[in-house]
Amino acid sequence: MTSADDRTGRLLEADVLRGTLHAALRTGGDFAEVFVEDRRSTSALFDDGRVEELTGGRSRGAGIRVVVGETTGFAHTADLSPEGLRGAAEAASAAARGGGGGDRTVDLGDQAGPAPGPVAVLPADVPKARKVALLEEADRVARGEHDAIRQVSARYADSRRRIQVANSDGLLTGDDQVRTLFSVSCVADGDAGMQTGRESVGHTVGFELFDRVDVADLARRAANRAITKLDAVPAPSGEMPVVVGPGGGGVLFHEACGHGLEADLVAKSASVFAGRVGEQVAVPEVTLVDDGTMAGEWGCYAIDDEGRPAGRNVLIQDGVLTDFMWDRLRAVKEGRASSGNGRRQGYQYLPMVRMTNTFLEGGDADPDAIVADTPSGVYVAQLGGGQVNTATGDFVFGMTEAYLIEDGRITAPIREGNLIGNGPEVLRSIDAIAGDFAMGSPGTCGKDGQGVPVGDGTPTLRVARLTVGGTAA
Amino acid sequence: MPELLDLAEQVVGWADDGEQVEVVAVHERETEVRAYQGEVEALTVAESQGVGIRVVRDGRQGFAHAGTLDLDVLAETLAEARDNVAFATPDEWCALAEPDGVAHADLDLYRQSLADHPTDAKVEAALDLERRTAVADPRIIGVESAEYADAVAESAVVTTTGIRSTSRETGCHLSAHVLAGDGDETQTGFGFSIGRAPGDLDPGRASADAVERATRLLGAVKPPSTRLTVVLDPWVSAQFLGIVGSTLNGESVLKGRSLFADRVGEQVATPLLTLVDDPTNVAAFTATAADGEGLATRRNVLLEEGRLLGFVHNNYTGRKSGGASTGSAVRGYASTPGVGVQALAVVPGSRSQAELVADVEDGVLVQGVSGLHSGVNPVSGDFSTGAEGLRIRGGALAEPVREFTIASTLQRMLQDVAEVGGDLEWLPMRAAGVSLVIGDVTVSGA
Repeated sequence: MTSADDRTGRLLEADVLRGTLHAALRTGGDFAEVFVEDRRSTSALFDDGRVEELTGGRSRGAGIRVVVGETTGFAHTADLSPEGLRGAAEAASAAARGGGGGDRTVDLGDQAGPAPGPVAVLPADVPKARKVALLEEADRVARGEHDAIRQVSARYADSRRRIQVANSDGLLTGDDQVRTLFSVSCVADGDAGMQTGRESVGHTVGFELFDRVDVADLARRAANRAITKLDAVPAPSGEMPVVVGPGGGGVLFHEACGHGLEADLVAKSASVFAGRVGEQVAVPEVTLVDDGTMAGEWGCYAIDDEGRPAGRNVLIQDGVLTDFMWDRLRAVKEGRASSGNGRRQGYQYLPMVRMTNTFLEGGDADPDAIVADTPSGVYVAQLGGGQVNTATGDFVFGMTEAYLIEDGRITAPIREGNLIGNGPEVLRSIDAIAGDFAMGSPGTCGKDGQGVPVGDGTPTLRVARLTVGGTAA
Repeated sequence: MPELLDLAEQVVGWADDGEQVEVVAVHERETEVRAYQGEVEALTVAESQGVGIRVVRDGRQGFAHAGTLDLDVLAETLAEARDNVAFATPDEWCALAEPDGVAHADLDLYRQSLADHPTDAKVEAALDLERRTAVADPRIIGVESAEYADAVAESAVVTTTGIRSTSRETGCHLSAHVLAGDGDETQTGFGFSIGRAPGDLDPGRASADAVERATRLLGAVKPPSTRLTVVLDPWVSAQFLGIVGSTLNGESVLKGRSLFADRVGEQVATPLLTLVDDPTNVAAFTATAADGEGLATRRNVLLEEGRLLGFVHNNYTGRKSGGASTGSAVRGYASTPGVGVQALAVVPGSRSQAELVADVEDGVLVQGVSGLHSGVNPVSGDFSTGAEGLRIRGGALAEPVREFTIASTLQRMLQDVAEVGGDLEWLPMRAAGVSLVIGDVTVSGA
């Protein structure tokens, strides 16, 4: 069994990596990289009144890329023997069509890099029965909250992802990323049909997560969210002011502008923000940050999946677009450093530019005053997922808990629906930001078929006009 | 493909007395080529494999998976699955599937011509798609990506209960994402062509669809909020029907998460809707002879002229609801079997989309939707999605519209379908599309 202090991330010996890079560059190439990953996971599902299953998973392999001119060749293998790695290296090299020839030796130093995020209790060291007990507690508490709760599903999941990166620049580094997640979903049944409520918490920490997260509290909140919505009225339809509660609105920025600030999309002019660095793109109260170093947050890590240390990157400062997010490929083309945003779902995938923890910094308005100052509109306590077209800036996101605002007061809950808006327009029409910053729920961001864990956060804020996609006249 | 089957049988042979063991093994070879500005941007050649092992003992199940076919790891994975059994709650209906007498359809899903297709030809296909798309229309200002991708997939399911199933199939596609511009405005579009072998692919179609989708939206405005009739394009209706399919799932029903739980025999939709899930139809790109538990797939009629006949089931949900599996277990190797439709389609009507549009006085032809995952709740039935398309005025297509939502409830939309088109089209998803006219939908815009 591995103890918490043995987290050096040395999956393969330096000479094996050196030999693999040598094979990858055998027929030439500008750059070669070996990404090694060992992932272990546990998940347990409590559903329909019983522990349905406990699942253990493991995945281990290496992805090798070779860059020749504008072309990237990529191959991966689950066979980490020197022969298996050499085969993948040769396949990647052939794919990149390295034609230059030559015999290049890569000098790898000792493995170095930032230390992995601290973990007090590795989940693998915790008896499975304790994990299951948390689920049973969540089910019991949620069902006990109200007679209308008809169904409860609770999930526990942990993962340990050890990675190692070696490349032809001589980089040799690694990381050990431990994440723990717990979620509760409830169904309530009332006169007007069924409603759902969900709560989740996830951090890049070990089982010590449950020292500070009370699963009973999480279960109560999920149950009450479903109960509250039993009385929901149809959502309004059309443009109106929208106030987003603390922690609930991060996905708004993730969709409204985060994706559009990814350098790979910018480089292909597939972003409305291309060519706009230095311009005032938002009201001066907006400062937007992507920060992979926020200890313990869901989207954090010590190094990205190209071996670059995570960074705190200010994207928009006082409304002015300051920078994009970068991976190695795009950074090299622009003659600059990567911002530590090169991520991949697993060793089977090429890295690309991805967000980490993206958040709007707090302002100085009073959250209650923002609501009181809104004669009529919608208050969104929790947003669901979203989607954006980065080229047009048009985005949607779901409201999973929302209320009407009438005469400056939060009143009736409304049924679920999407909000729709345009990123650049929303950034210019934010007219109030409070000081009550909070991080939101753990998310999985999808891009080009790859999902990675991301975090987000916002204080209470108001957008002067957004289109609410309900059915009420 | 004897090796996967042999391997799965070997692991099943390690079962202890009194336990059931199921082994699912998969192997896939993939190539993906992306072209950009006349060059190969990325070429990926990949081989992946994995095994999922389920152990059932005394009504409890444990599961473990690994991304390898290495025998030592498989032994550890079996041990892990066995260890996990002890933590599950006993359930009398929990058991592995057994052969049920339904023969596997003889489906021809494998093309040697794809397996033999040289990499150079794949590279050329991607480059050709990019070239032809870039010059297809003067308003195209960029080809964001042009891609050729293919896969040769093999799988096996073996159990101690007598299941012994294998399958192999090939698939490939071309896809293009383009940017169209006019002044300061940019719009995007995508097009694709899909097949089982490279010879099935039509680069002209992929290119033309991408160009058409992007350019038709140039000059689009946000429409005012109103209520009107929508015509869903097949690309959109396939996604809508996929959500309807998820509510007709035996697991959702048993767990109290389906709108239609107690409504078998009732008229839940207009008589115009007959909905069939038939994975044995080779016209569907998701066709398969065996489900995720190795049982034969079969034709299941879910709605007949709007009347709810039943749900799709896997072995567990079928038995627990007093029946049997409908051959509808869906899964990857890294999960236990869920339940789902696999090749869902509406029985089509007879008229073309143009004829349907001609009968709409005031409406919107919805050609694209976004945020279905966030704006539709299949438990409550609330339906709200971002949309784009063309206005319909007096039976004719009019100006393009974007940045609005369409909203209703799934329950109402099924009743409000006014006509089903004749243009059934199989798409790369688990439901086929067909033009659908739906009345009284709320449009939220300006």
